[in-house]
Amino acid sequence: MSGFGNTSRNDIWWVRPLLVFLGLSSFIVYATWAALQGEHYAIGPYLSPFYSPEIFGSSPHSWFGPKPSWWPMVLPFSPAMLILWAPGGMRFTCYYYRGAYYKSFWADPPACAVSEPRKTYLGENSFPLIMQNIHRYFLYLAVIFVFFLAHDAWKAMWFADPLTGEQTFGVGVGTLVLTLNATLLGGYTFGCHSFRHLIGGFKDRLSKSPVQRKLYNCASCLNRRHMNWAWFSLFGVMFADLYVRLCSMGIWTDWRIF
Amino acid sequence: MFYGYLDRLEDILMASYETYHHDVLVIGSGGAGLRAAIEASVAGVSVAVICRSLLGKAHTVMAEGGVAAALANVDDRDSWKVHFTDTMRGGQYLNNWRMAELHAKEAPDRVRELEAWGAVFDRTDDGKILQRNFGGHKYPRLAHVGDRTGLELIRTLQDYAIHQKIDVYQEHTIVSLLKEGEKVVGAFGYDREKGLFKVFHAKAVIMATGGMGKIYKISSNSGDCTGGGISLAYHAGAELIDMEFVQFHPTGMVWPPSVRGLLITEGVRGEGGVLRNKQGRRFMFDDIPELYKGQTSTDEEEGWRYTQGDKNAKRPPELLTRDHVARCITREIKEGRGSPHGGVYLDIAWIKEKISNASEHIKRKLPSMYHQFKELAGVDITKEPMEVGPTTHYIMGGVRVDADTQMTTVPGLFAAGECAAGLHGANRLGGNSLSDLLVFGKRAGEHAAVYAKGTKAGSVDDKQLEEIATWVLSPFERESTPTAENPFQVQSDLQEEMQKLVGIVRVESELNEAIEKIKAFRERAGHAACGGNRGFNPGWHTAIELKHMVTVAEAIALAARERKESRGGHFREDYPGKSEVFAKINVSIQKDAAGNMVVKQVPKLKIREDLQQIIDEMK
Amino acid sequence: MAKVVFNIWRTNPSGGEFRAYETDITEGMVVLDAVHQIQAEHANDLAVRWNCKAGKCGSCSAEINGHPKLMCMTRMSDMPEGKPVSIQPMKAFPVIKDLVTDVSVNYRVKKSIKKFKPRSPDAPDGTWRMAQVDIDRVQEFRKCIECFLCQDVCHVLREHALHDKFAGPRHMVYNAALEMHPLDIEDRTGDLKNAHGIGFCNITKCCTTVCPENIHITDNAIIPLKERVADKFYDPLMKLFRIFSK
Repeated sequence: MSGFGNTSRNDIWWVRPLLVFLGLSSFIVYATWAALQGEHYAIGPYLSPFYSPEIFGSSPHSWFGPKPSWWPMVLPFSPAMLILWAPGGMRFTCYYYRGAYYKSFWADPPACAVSEPRKTYLGENSFPLIMQNIHRYFLYLAVIFVFFLAHDAWKAMWFADPLTGEQTFGVGVGTLVLTLNATLLGGYTFGCHSFRHLIGGFKDRLSKSPVQRKLYNCASCLNRRHMNWAWFSLFGVMFADLYVRLCSMGIWTDWRIF
Repeated sequence: MFYGYLDRLEDILMASYETYHHDVLVIGSGGAGLRAAIEASVAGVSVAVICRSLLGKAHTVMAEGGVAAALANVDDRDSWKVHFTDTMRGGQYLNNWRMAELHAKEAPDRVRELEAWGAVFDRTDDGKILQRNFGGHKYPRLAHVGDRTGLELIRTLQDYAIHQKIDVYQEHTIVSLLKEGEKVVGAFGYDREKGLFKVFHAKAVIMATGGMGKIYKISSNSGDCTGGGISLAYHAGAELIDMEFVQFHPTGMVWPPSVRGLLITEGVRGEGGVLRNKQGRRFMFDDIPELYKGQTSTDEEEGWRYTQGDKNAKRPPELLTRDHVARCITREIKEGRGSPHGGVYLDIAWIKEKISNASEHIKRKLPSMYHQFKELAGVDITKEPMEVGPTTHYIMGGVRVDADTQMTTVPGLFAAGECAAGLHGANRLGGNSLSDLLVFGKRAGEHAAVYAKGTKAGSVDDKQLEEIATWVLSPFERESTPTAENPFQVQSDLQEEMQKLVGIVRVESELNEAIEKIKAFRERAGHAACGGNRGFNPGWHTAIELKHMVTVAEAIALAARERKESRGGHFREDYPGKSEVFAKINVSIQKDAAGNMVVKQVPKLKIREDLQQIIDEMK
Repeated sequence: MAKVVFNIWRTNPSGGEFRAYETDITEGMVVLDAVHQIQAEHANDLAVRWNCKAGKCGSCSAEINGHPKLMCMTRMSDMPEGKPVSIQPMKAFPVIKDLVTDVSVNYRVKKSIKKFKPRSPDAPDGTWRMAQVDIDRVQEFRKCIECFLCQDVCHVLREHALHDKFAGPRHMVYNAALEMHPLDIEDRTGDLKNAHGIGFCNITKCCTTVCPENIHITDNAIIPLKERVADKFYDPLMKLFRIFSK
């Protein structure tokens, strides 16, 4: 009754963990590749979410100008590397993803009521996984990022006239993509278990604080579908980068709706 | 490993036993048992609880609607006096008036006490314990938690009890009480796991073993409800009363067959659910008994307003007492106006005509009903009506007890909860059983402790123990005899016959037939045999249990034959009306010196003047 | 009516084995009905624990086709047609006999959790006031019927047998019901971190998927408790905040 994969389940229990494995792996591969490119991440008013905020960089979206002179020569430079650790950390320490990758990457367990490959188990009770408790700090950063990305979506509604440089309001497909991205990320971030706790869940008597209660209820509502938000926002952000990238490379053309 | 038949038999027939000593021994770990044990432990005596199953699994978990207590949180006109009057009226005045008085007075404190122990009842808008309407209760009186009040109650008691000084014996079965002279001085049992014998010496024993629904085929009761405690007390010489009064709950599931009898809470009707026959008629309006004419509505709209908390509206006839509703349903079915599977329709889905978020409301107020129908019958009660029919639910009768102390007619033996009799008279009101458990569980614990403190430990002679041990092991020896009976078969046949002959509608000829058949069942039970060994052996357990089931069945049938009238839970086709004579008596059952079951009519207790006045004022 | 084969785990002196029994299945039957039928017809001594047969007591937990489930709430019509059904005892607990397991560890763990301790009453008559919105959360946890299926499926207990280090999902739910109780003033976070080992949970949510009462064990009980433990032990900012707000 023991040994890796042993179970009396007669359904195809391995499909789900396999899909999670494939989904997460393809994201990691794509995101790493895209982050290392260091180019084709902006076009017109659009900025790829992998590169936002652009602290140093060559696009007009950059805060402090191009790559700093003090950047060590040996290290490859990409504006994405300066910031991507924050949303990456958010997802890595996210309660949903933790459960998902412990199963599909680490087979701990491979699926419910299915035997595991190893005998010892430490869980999140000791180093290194005890560090997962840092999640709320990544959450604080992620909340800031949601505002940056919302700002990017706002900026994506203002198109500069190539001749006069005058900014006019407009909506392109890219605008929709970036808006959707910010929305999905908002839904994911504000449905985070830590957010739900910090916004009101820590209290036993929320009836005494009506505003907090409302916020807690909103967070709980998003939290019920946290898994869906996690996946949709993951693919949303990947697609947003891909869209900006392909437009920037001239493979796709952004279609201006009005 | 070679393990021959004789070796095995020798192993099985080892009659050694372990011995335990306690001041108070509580048999049964449902609401009454746990409440009694807590109270006894507070008094500082050593207490043990015998659980037939695991702790917290007793039939109490199945109670749904609520616990009746005149807290007056929802309607401030309520008081113990109204609750007392409702209980007496519901019991057709055969109740032990003193129990009804104590019950009505003490229930509110018992409920508040649960809150102090961690129970989380549903709330009113101003944060108090919410109360709901229920059949026979004049005002909204049932403190509840959705439709899983029993679970809340038993869990609260369980979680409180484990931090008291109480020894808990889980999965132990008591097969006989032990006596020294007239006194009860302990109990003989075995543990289910290994089948080892245990002798519990105790200065006082409290029976809290619940009901007997499982002697009927269609029953809302848990598998444990085989009437064991009533039978144990009877065989120890205790007097039983009111055994003819069995409550058939009007609404049990009727389809699919495997869940037939499973309870549908009265709360469904309390929340506005209505009963209809196959013609769509609300047949409950057709027959409203005299005693309730004044407080029952004849208008559908008014009935709806009542369920929604309108204090000036009268209750709809669906919320009449259970005995009456059950009989009306039986009538509809018998006269061919029933549903396809032999029930009638109970419809809560119709309230969508009245309130906008009906589906959510139903799921919130009746979550386990929704779940139960969805999972077991594939019916969505927010969309379709349920098919319902009467199911054996409760026995008002049981061991006769002193109202104040809960002592039975045998010194040292106490009883509380469903296995005790008196509070409910001829018919119990919904919600009064959970309050019964609390009020009289506490009293039993308290007085058993007092009794134990004032008495010396008794002793049991070995002969008594040997006799019991031999009897308990006898099913193994019968395994290969030609007359051997399959215990499950005997049980199932008994249930079948009881359902047929001593059910909701009774008649002399059938009762006579039943009594004859029960004699034959006693014979068959004596041949019940089992294979296997003593470790967790359901065949063996059932073989032993049959004795108790047959005893209780006989008591019910004899008492039912004795009461030649119709009253409350007892309906005689051959005597359909109430009788002045029987209004003044309780039917009593006791074992005589020769071991025969003797039926007697005993005059009911004379009610105290001031209480009679209260009843008269509220008529 | 159809005949179905059941492979039921039967213990014997050398451990145990699956034994095949065939019985008739009629409309609406649940797995427990089939087991009872087999018990009555073929195996009087087949040990199975059950009480209410209505999904309310939580006694008849077992593994049906490898899935931890209540036998009384598993309908035969949901079983794959034409295939034998396997029934075995819960794996996370020692077997007593056949389908019956020794779940006593759960009772011991529960006793080790600090009991309910209410604040002093709100009203002079010794009662309290609680808002329904505040108890909704706790009432979800109190739906628990203690079937211990969550304990069974939890790999920390099932695979690694860390019963003495990790209290398990059921007792996390119990802790949550107490910790979030609007009246309770006891602090159990220290115990949760140490004695009850909340860190062992790696939130794979198997407990939630098997819960017959649909309690959101992981999302609503365990994770909020993990957050409360983090507040107290793993969050330096919170610690500072607590020092200054004193």
